[in-house]
Amino acid sequence: MEKNVTLIALFAALIAALGLIPQIALPFGVPITAQSLGIMLCGTVLGAKRGALSVLLFLLLVALGLPLLAGGRGGLGVFTSPTAGFLVGFPIAAFVTGLITETWRKGSLAVSAGVASVIGGIVVLYLFGISGFALVTGKTMGEATVVMAAFIPGDILKAAIAGMLTAALAKARPASVLSRV
Amino acid sequence: MISLTSPVRTRAHAWPAGAKLAALCVATVLLFKAQNIWVHAGAFIGMLALYRLPGPVFFRAGLRALKVLWPFVVMLAIYHLVTRTPYVGGVIVLRMLTAVGLATLVTMTTQLSDLIAVVRWLATPLRGVGLKTTYLETAIALVIRFTPVLLAKGTKLIDAWRARSPRRPGWRIILPFTVLALDDADHIAEALRARGGFDAMET
Repeated sequence: MEKNVTLIALFAALIAALGLIPQIALPFGVPITAQSLGIMLCGTVLGAKRGALSVLLFLLLVALGLPLLAGGRGGLGVFTSPTAGFLVGFPIAAFVTGLITETWRKGSLAVSAGVASVIGGIVVLYLFGISGFALVTGKTMGEATVVMAAFIPGDILKAAIAGMLTAALAKARPASVLSRV
Repeated sequence: MISLTSPVRTRAHAWPAGAKLAALCVATVLLFKAQNIWVHAGAFIGMLALYRLPGPVFFRAGLRALKVLWPFVVMLAIYHLVTRTPYVGGVIVLRMLTAVGLATLVTMTTQLSDLIAVVRWLATPLRGVGLKTTYLETAIALVIRFTPVLLAKGTKLIDAWRARSPRRPGWRIILPFTVLALDDADHIAEALRARGGFDAMET
C-alpha cells in the first residue's frame, strides 16, 4: 500500500516537474513542454486506476493553488479558462491509456503503450479539450477543432516517445511498471 | 517556486474557505447563464473593483495572473471582428475574463492549509464508510514536498546534457528523469514502512 501511494504521489510530482523544467526538444527539434507526456506515462506505467488517481491528485493540487501547470499556471482560474477541457480530460486520458496498455499484452510493450497513448492521450484528451474550448469561447466544435489541430502532430510524437520510454522503463525498473506487473 | 497567493494579507483571508468556494461556484454558473453584454460588463468592472480594494500591490499581482489570457482575447477579437459578431464576441471575452478573474481571486486570498481543510471536510463521508483518507493527505504532502526535489533533479540532468552537447536537451533525458522518480517512490515507501506505515498514522 505504501508503495502504491508513493508511486501515485511521485508521478503527480513528475507531471508537474515535466511541465516546469526548461523546454526540451522533440526528435525534429520542435521545443515542447512535456506535461502531456507525463499524463501519457501515468497511464502506460501506473496502469488505468493508479494512473488516473495520480492525475487527479495533480489536478487537486493545481486547484488548491499550486502553480504546477506548464508555465507555472495554477489556481481555480485555470478551470474556467479556454483550456479547462484538457484538464477535465487529463485523468480520463490517463485511464484509457492505462486500460489499453494493461489489456493489450501481445507483442512489444513499446507498440501497445504508444498506440494506447495515441488513443488515450490524443483522441480522448482532445475530445474533452475541444469541447471545453468550444464551450468557453462560444465556438462550434468544428471551429474549435481547427484551432487545436495545430498541436496534434507534436502530441503524436509525444505518444511515440511515451511508448519507447515505457518499454525502456519496463527494462530498467520492471517492478515499478505496474501496468504490466 | 512562484506563488499564486496574494503578496498582501486581505480581509478576505479570514473568510471561511468553503463559503468562498461556494460563492465562486454560484457566480460562475450565473456568468455562463447571462447573455446580456451589460450584465457582463458590470460583472467585469465589479471583478476589477474587488481586485482594487486591497490596494495597488494586490491589484498588480492579480493583473499578472490574468495576463496569461491575452492570446485568447486577441484570437477571439479577430474572429468576431471578421465574422461581424462583435456583440457575441464581447460577451464571450468579458465572461472569460470575469470567470477566470473571480476564481483567481479565491486562490489569491485563501491559504493552502485552509483549502486542504476543505478537502478533508469534503472527504468526511469517505471516512464515515470506513475508508482512510490518510492516504490522500499523505499523498498531498508528498507531491508538495517532492515537486521541487524532482524539478531540481531534472534541471541537473539538463545541465549535464548542456555540458556535453551544444544542442538543446532532447527527449532522451526523460528516461533517467522518470527512473529517478520511480526510485524516489521506492525509497519513500520503504521509509514509510520502516516507521510503521499507514497503520501507524492517526486518522
